[in-house]
Amino acid sequence: MLAEQISIFIENKEGRLAEVTAILRDANVNIRALSLADTTDFGVLRLIVNDNDAAEKALKKEGFTVGRTQVLAVEVNDEPGGLNKVLDPLCEQDVNVEYMYAFANPQCKNAIMIFRFDDPVKALEILAEKSIKVISGEEISNL
Amino acid sequence: MPIYNKNFETMPRKGIEALQLQRLQATVERIYASVPFYKTAFDKAHIKPKDIKSLADLQRLPFTNKQDLRDNYPYDMFAVPMEDIVRIHASSGTTGKPTVVGYTQNDINTWAELMARSFSAAGATRKDIIHNAFGYGLFTGGIGAHYGAEKLGASVIPVSGGNTKRQITIMQDFKPTILCGTPSYILHLAEVAQEMGVDFKDLQFKAGIFGAEPWTENMRSELEAKLHLRAIDIYGLSEVMGPGVSIECYEEQKGLHVFEDHFIVEIIDPETGNLLPHGETGELVFTAITKEAFPVIRYRTKDITSLNPVPCTCGRTHIRMNKPSGRTDDMLIIRGVNVFPSQIESVLMETKEILPHYQLVVDRKDNLDTLTVKVEIDDQLFRDDIKSLQKMENRISSDIKEYLGVSAKVTLVEPKTIQRSQGKAIRVIDNRKL
Repeated sequence: MLAEQISIFIENKEGRLAEVTAILRDANVNIRALSLADTTDFGVLRLIVNDNDAAEKALKKEGFTVGRTQVLAVEVNDEPGGLNKVLDPLCEQDVNVEYMYAFANPQCKNAIMIFRFDDPVKALEILAEKSIKVISGEEISNL
Repeated sequence: MPIYNKNFETMPRKGIEALQLQRLQATVERIYASVPFYKTAFDKAHIKPKDIKSLADLQRLPFTNKQDLRDNYPYDMFAVPMEDIVRIHASSGTTGKPTVVGYTQNDINTWAELMARSFSAAGATRKDIIHNAFGYGLFTGGIGAHYGAEKLGASVIPVSGGNTKRQITIMQDFKPTILCGTPSYILHLAEVAQEMGVDFKDLQFKAGIFGAEPWTENMRSELEAKLHLRAIDIYGLSEVMGPGVSIECYEEQKGLHVFEDHFIVEIIDPETGNLLPHGETGELVFTAITKEAFPVIRYRTKDITSLNPVPCTCGRTHIRMNKPSGRTDDMLIIRGVNVFPSQIESVLMETKEILPHYQLVVDRKDNLDTLTVKVEIDDQLFRDDIKSLQKMENRISSDIKEYLGVSAKVTLVEPKTIQRSQGKAIRVIDNRKL
């Protein structure tokens, strides 16, 4: 049920992000979700794409450092308290969010959030217990 | 200006040479018997102490390198039993392995005398108040200058380095007349004083003794203009003694007088090891001929300069070495601390157990040397969260501080972004324009 995210190290330099997106465009890779965490010197670009292998291959060819991380794509009700409903049970059992970002999904009335938990396996168990929908990597690619 | 020890400092050349030969012979005789390293080295060169019949025979003795001192870490180069050692200093070395030097009570007395001579040469007398901003500790600068100031009979303020604003308050209140420190730190101090609204014109300094790192004539002009004093260059290294191996005189400020009754100075071709005539530029080599605990023979400093035998108007007969203009190796001197790229390499190896591509960038910002270590990220180092990456930067930075004693900013950069020359990464970019 885990989804896979690719992450890329980029220096804070003018036009660097555009270079990454151009490489992905040329490799015919579609970006489904993205987040950029940054410091003054560098940033980490995290991406959910429709084809991880193609994306990684194209970026590495251009000299980028690319990593892969297991994340969870969780359906969150688009209503007040929707996100809180997901976080509360995890928090109670000491599962913490390392980072999270939203997913663009026009086909679904609910929101999808990408989570990196410190303990993804335990998080998955808790979410299943609470009948919170977790979307598989395959589904994500096909959305 | 008074000369502290007229007998020795104005000795005619013939007298100096006779004294040097006699002291060299005694030193060689003694270390051949007491330091296994020298016995082995002399035997290998097929030379016995009795073969040293003239000063020219010095050339037959083998050189001593920094590596030899490292190989004999910590005490194997000492020529006296430990019970006769009263002081130990060390200079920064590769991770965990500095170069260790020892002193007997007589050595400490000699050093104090040579530092007292140095203060005198810079125009100081027992009436002066000396603000000593050289660092105190394992580094020879602070304590070396301190003992010399006391020997001279001056009043010494042992402020050491750092805490700049307090130093400026002390300068205003204690009214020191002689300033000591590394030139880059002193220039930084001058800027801070300006920010505080303190004008050096209103202070009492007449001379500043600056050293422990190379500095240029341009820096001299800047120091003299900003600080309203005469800037004097001092030279020394712990392996030979510490500060006070040579110093400029107040009168000429042109070349540093080497205290030749205690050291024999040579300039060699760094490639062939052959002695070069006066005036030619090459590597500076010292032989310590009076030291008891740590008498080095033909120690290669890796500093590049030339010698000037022309008699000086100050009256001293000791030969002058010109301001060192560079190094034969890739050693950097950052705020008085010796840094080799190989040391940074060791730290990176220890921190990450792999060796990423790296580059040292040295800048001078607001007159203070700054070191940036760029480290190329690769698949093994990469983490997808900022926290881990920043933690890695901080860890490397604190390890560098711990092992090398120098503050460095560590910056992670993208793979293949460090310039390479013929496939080899360029390890050092020095933007200081020394």
